[in-house]
Amino acid sequence: MRYLASKVRGNSLWSDALRRLLDDNLAVFSFLVIVAYVVVAGLASFHLIATHWQDSIGASQSAPQLSGGINHWMGLDIFGRSVFQKTIQGAYTALYVGLVSSLISIPIGVLMGALAGYFGGWVDDLITWIYTTISNIPEILLLVSIAFALGKGIETMCIALGMTSWVGLARLIRAEFIKHKNREYVAAAQALGASNARRIFKHIFPNVLHIVIIGFSLRFVVAIKSEVVLTYLGLGIEIGEGSSWGLMISDAAGELVQGIWWGLASATLAMFPIVLAFSLFTDALRDAFDPKLRT
Amino acid sequence: MFAYIIRRALYAIPIMLGTTFLLFLLYNFVGGDPALVKAGKHATAETIATIRMEMGLDQPWYWQYWDLLKQVVQFDFGRSWATNLKITDMVAEGAGTSFSLTFPAFVLSTSFSLLLGIFVAVKRGTWIDKGMVTIAVGAQSISVLVYILAGQYFLAYKFGWFPISGYEPGLLERWSYFALPWLIWLFLAVAPEMRFYRTIFLDELYQDYVRTAKSKGLDSKTILFKHVLRNALIPILTNLVISLPFLILGSLLLESFFGIPGLGGLIVKAIGNEDRPVIYALTVVGTIAYVIFNLISDILYAVVDPRVQLK
Repeated sequence: MRYLASKVRGNSLWSDALRRLLDDNLAVFSFLVIVAYVVVAGLASFHLIATHWQDSIGASQSAPQLSGGINHWMGLDIFGRSVFQKTIQGAYTALYVGLVSSLISIPIGVLMGALAGYFGGWVDDLITWIYTTISNIPEILLLVSIAFALGKGIETMCIALGMTSWVGLARLIRAEFIKHKNREYVAAAQALGASNARRIFKHIFPNVLHIVIIGFSLRFVVAIKSEVVLTYLGLGIEIGEGSSWGLMISDAAGELVQGIWWGLASATLAMFPIVLAFSLFTDALRDAFDPKLRT
Repeated sequence: MFAYIIRRALYAIPIMLGTTFLLFLLYNFVGGDPALVKAGKHATAETIATIRMEMGLDQPWYWQYWDLLKQVVQFDFGRSWATNLKITDMVAEGAGTSFSLTFPAFVLSTSFSLLLGIFVAVKRGTWIDKGMVTIAVGAQSISVLVYILAGQYFLAYKFGWFPISGYEPGLLERWSYFALPWLIWLFLAVAPEMRFYRTIFLDELYQDYVRTAKSKGLDSKTILFKHVLRNALIPILTNLVISLPFLILGSLLLESFFGIPGLGGLIVKAIGNEDRPVIYALTVVGTIAYVIFNLISDILYAVVDPRVQLK
């Protein structure tokens, strides 16, 4: 049935978007960069690479040198640990924070937005009130407050980022549901006896799924950058919880005057391509799904 | 219009109640017993009981919440755990310092980004536009901390063009310390703001009224500055008003790196000391400021844009 319908219509939103994405060299390249980072982070998480990042392999704060193998290329930190291995572990932490905070914020955003937009009335009023309330507290102070309430560390940071960042997505989803709920296909589903839940998730949701995907990609940009700032403020990754770019950059605040620049340089060089790739890929997704908005 | 303003102002009340209640929950319940946190690990049951009474925690929750609302209305948040100073005084002092740091920087970065935004929007699709946007996206992919660290290290420490950090209270003396933070602010703000203004101008440039103006034979300068700019001013103006509360809160990172005693630096210190009443008070103050400026921005929007429906 569905197959026939798509055949009659010619191209679906998804195949059109995919074609546009594949035509866009920058989008393909960004996606490959993201895949490469995911592979590296995955290998690091399964202890297949950068496994000995906590071991001292030489004199404290040795400068980068090309001899002595890849582990010495980026120099050593104050404990004689390989900055190269720490940077790789940092990639794992960055993607972990992005993934976990997305997995918290996106379901909340989708559910809240869908319920508010679909039901309207007092449900809409209530949900709008909740998210307006959250968005009226300056974000950094809300993050601090949540971190105080739940204790510090990587898990709290992910929860705090997740709990504060669903509002934007909820607004977009709500607006889309308001548009879609009165369309004929929803009325047809109702006539066929589809329940509210079925109309929301089975019928309308696939039509707004692209917004969720764009939001998912964007979350990573925000999460990776937030990890660095929050860790510097003492609310993110705690020492001993693993290696992170935020920790490396925060360490540099004290080390730079001693001329120790390699920790900062490695973290920055590692962070730049992945944040850029996620930003460009988010823009490309937006353009691919809605060419009218192309700016 | 008057009825709209009243209605919109009344709508701020549930929002204010919601935000204060959320913070109340976070600090008094989710975060565990505040008396235990304040008393520390080695306190006797007696000390804890005394602290609990002093903080009013032996009262039922609605009295505690009522106390919070009273604090907000009276603008009295007690004393800091770390310094024992009155928080209200700390906030009043820091707010002025922060504002004198952030406001000139904000005016500078906004006017610069606006001009750049118009420029690249007009040049849409050319290599200038693509190049500038690419640079902006790239610049935003580097952590804010890296800009501050590099700026402080090279421009102040290595080249000695600016003081490394510090502050003097005199209005004129402080400017020499503010120069480098301003420069870094400009660097940080231009990329995202230019992109924001570019989008706003692009939205306007392809409207029907621009085509009409063109077909009437108006020259592009008149169209741009008389027609497009006026319409674009509406979202720009409201965006500027909403930014104001953040100027009072200051810049956490710049103030902490450059040793400037504004509210931003205060927040960073309070985080380090786990000075909960200070963070709590600043969050409440920041939120109230944001709600109020949001209200002003909405009213302004209705005043300048006749298309807004006052329902």
